[in-house]
Amino acid sequence: MTGSTYLDHAASSPVLPEAAAAMAAELGRPGNPSSLHAAGRAARRALEEARESLAADLGARPAEVVFTSGGTEANNLALLGARAEGRGEVAVSAIEHPSVAAVRQRLAEVAVLPVHETGHLDLDRATGLLGRRTGLVSVMWVNNETGAVQPVAAVAERAHAVGALAHSDAVQAFGRLPVGFARSGLDLLSVSAHKLGGPVGIGALVVRRGVTVVPTGFGGGQEARLRSGTVPVALAAGFAAAARVACGRLEAEARRLSALRDRLIAGALATIPDTRANTAEPCSPAIVNLTFAGVRADDVLLLLDAAGFDASTGSACTAGVHQPSEVLLAMGRTSHAASASLRFSFGPDTTTGAIDALLGLLPGIVERARSAS
Amino acid sequence: MRILAAMSGGVDSAVAAARLVDAGHDVVGVHLALSKNPEAYRSGARGCCSLEDSHDARRAADALGIPFYVWDFAERFAEDVLADFVNEYASGRTPNPCLRCNEKIKFAAVLERGRALGFDAVATGHYARLEPSPAGVSLHRSAEPAKDQSYVLGVLDADQLRHSLFPLGADTAKAAVRAEAAARGLTLASKPDSHDICFIPTGDTAGFLSARLGRRPDDIVDERGEVLGAHDGTHRFTVGQRHGLHLSVPAGDGRPRYVLGVDPVRNTVTVGPKQSLAVRVIEGIRPTWTEQPVSGAWRGLVQVRAHGDAMPATIEVAAGRVRIELDEPAYGIAPGQAAVSYDGDRVVGSATISSTGA
Repeated sequence: MTGSTYLDHAASSPVLPEAAAAMAAELGRPGNPSSLHAAGRAARRALEEARESLAADLGARPAEVVFTSGGTEANNLALLGARAEGRGEVAVSAIEHPSVAAVRQRLAEVAVLPVHETGHLDLDRATGLLGRRTGLVSVMWVNNETGAVQPVAAVAERAHAVGALAHSDAVQAFGRLPVGFARSGLDLLSVSAHKLGGPVGIGALVVRRGVTVVPTGFGGGQEARLRSGTVPVALAAGFAAAARVACGRLEAEARRLSALRDRLIAGALATIPDTRANTAEPCSPAIVNLTFAGVRADDVLLLLDAAGFDASTGSACTAGVHQPSEVLLAMGRTSHAASASLRFSFGPDTTTGAIDALLGLLPGIVERARSAS
Repeated sequence: MRILAAMSGGVDSAVAAARLVDAGHDVVGVHLALSKNPEAYRSGARGCCSLEDSHDARRAADALGIPFYVWDFAERFAEDVLADFVNEYASGRTPNPCLRCNEKIKFAAVLERGRALGFDAVATGHYARLEPSPAGVSLHRSAEPAKDQSYVLGVLDADQLRHSLFPLGADTAKAAVRAEAAARGLTLASKPDSHDICFIPTGDTAGFLSARLGRRPDDIVDERGEVLGAHDGTHRFTVGQRHGLHLSVPAGDGRPRYVLGVDPVRNTVTVGPKQSLAVRVIEGIRPTWTEQPVSGAWRGLVQVRAHGDAMPATIEVAAGRVRIELDEPAYGIAPGQAAVSYDGDRVVGSATISSTGA
């Protein structure tokens, strides 16, 4: 019965029917959106309609939306390509997704901004680390492992106060929380389609008008000369359709999923000894991260898998072996605790019944996993 | 039964898992990550534990439709097998890391974790047979002597064996197992066998040990203490070794000389003629038993290396020590090796060789 209850929407959420329909319509016809003939024009038109629709849901202008292959490419492009003029240093939070964190190693000057043990940026200490050399500040909107919502508007303000640009990885925020790009004050924002019910393989970097980004890949100069390569029109259409659905029911879903989130956290803390919630307000409605002291997270995953629940550790995996979560380590957890933590993430198909079924099984599964380690 | 199938990425363990699936068991595949820095690709027939091996194991599990996980035992392996291997050589003994891995990792750490998680048994692709016995099960040689791997399982005790499965035990030939893998559509059917010590993929054991134990040059002497040459470290030598001695003084009788003993305390390697290698008596420590513990003296067969002959012997156990008297002398038996005793084709137990005598 593997896969009967899917609680890993933060990894990838199933394609929404509206997105599948939009993609099917585009896949059925020819045309490169850069071509001048009728088929090309039709493709270009569909692409721009998708861009406009997406821009409306992002609170951005259409010309600010640059399609990429996904969140990773958007983050890479921002980190490698955007700086306030004449400044080399990049400041990133200690809890970024690997598509930001791994780019640190390619940069000459990096400042790492600390977080509180709740998983939220320590804004005061972070501000103290920004200065005249800071060219870009990057802090994610919602942490992908804990769901912690970061103070991105304040980060943008502090970045601008020292003359730096501000970027946020909003991959886990878009479609789940209101993301108003213009209102946020950010200069750059990364989003991805498949986390909100769109197809895998497309995302976007939103670039505020007037902000210069240097391309990191080279070719035909598509996407305002910033991201070369033929733009996949069908994926863009699917992305836009999914975002329209997700943003349209955002408030109702946020209310519904927040209740499930709180139900899971409260239930786990009440029934499983030595359990700690790593998800603290303000947080995403769709992510719950729990530490069950004394387990190997992999063992809990195996037992949940056998019982028909798909969950995750949320952290990186090397050759199939989970590593202790860098995010939880940055929050001050021990290596043991960081290796004993699981993420449950919700989507449109997550029901109260599923959470209650999970809560019925978890105490026994955790007890068994504890006996195995 | 709920069975944990250890899948190395090789043909044998994949076919073993497939047979258990066919038999209707609830099978979960697990690949053991034993190296902290796995190589991306396997190199020919050597070694294992590369990322490619784990990929092959995963694809076999896909083909069988069973869940598959990678379990990280790199730390346990480094402590219980690698460090032990190096320490044993540093102490002048000749360890068998495969036995050690079976004893400490596969049928201990993995089995314990699996049982705690609700599995009834661990299955591997070893060629050996288990048969019901009054004590639970008894361990026997596989049907085909050439592939028999009962020696490396000889260290397992009754409790470990009761929770082990070797689905290839009754097989007659590797070719048949390969053909079965191909017929099942397993892409790894044509993978080469692994031979060498898995954590030394180059096959250069002396180089591996020198990198960890350094150079400790000293004398090579004969049985009377005459200096015949020099060595770079006693860990590069093992009893019975003939090559790589580079002696500066030729033997008086012109016959080849062999390593007779390795003494890391005095830092000497002693060499001599073949007849001085002859061993009739083997003393063993740390006895293990596949069924009931055995005491007293009995007639049986003894094997001292993975592909060695089974030698008729009288075996006597007293006060936790094993004394083996071989009917005919044997050559090149080193302390540290395991002596596995058999009653016909049934494995009785094992002991670690502590000393030998003529």
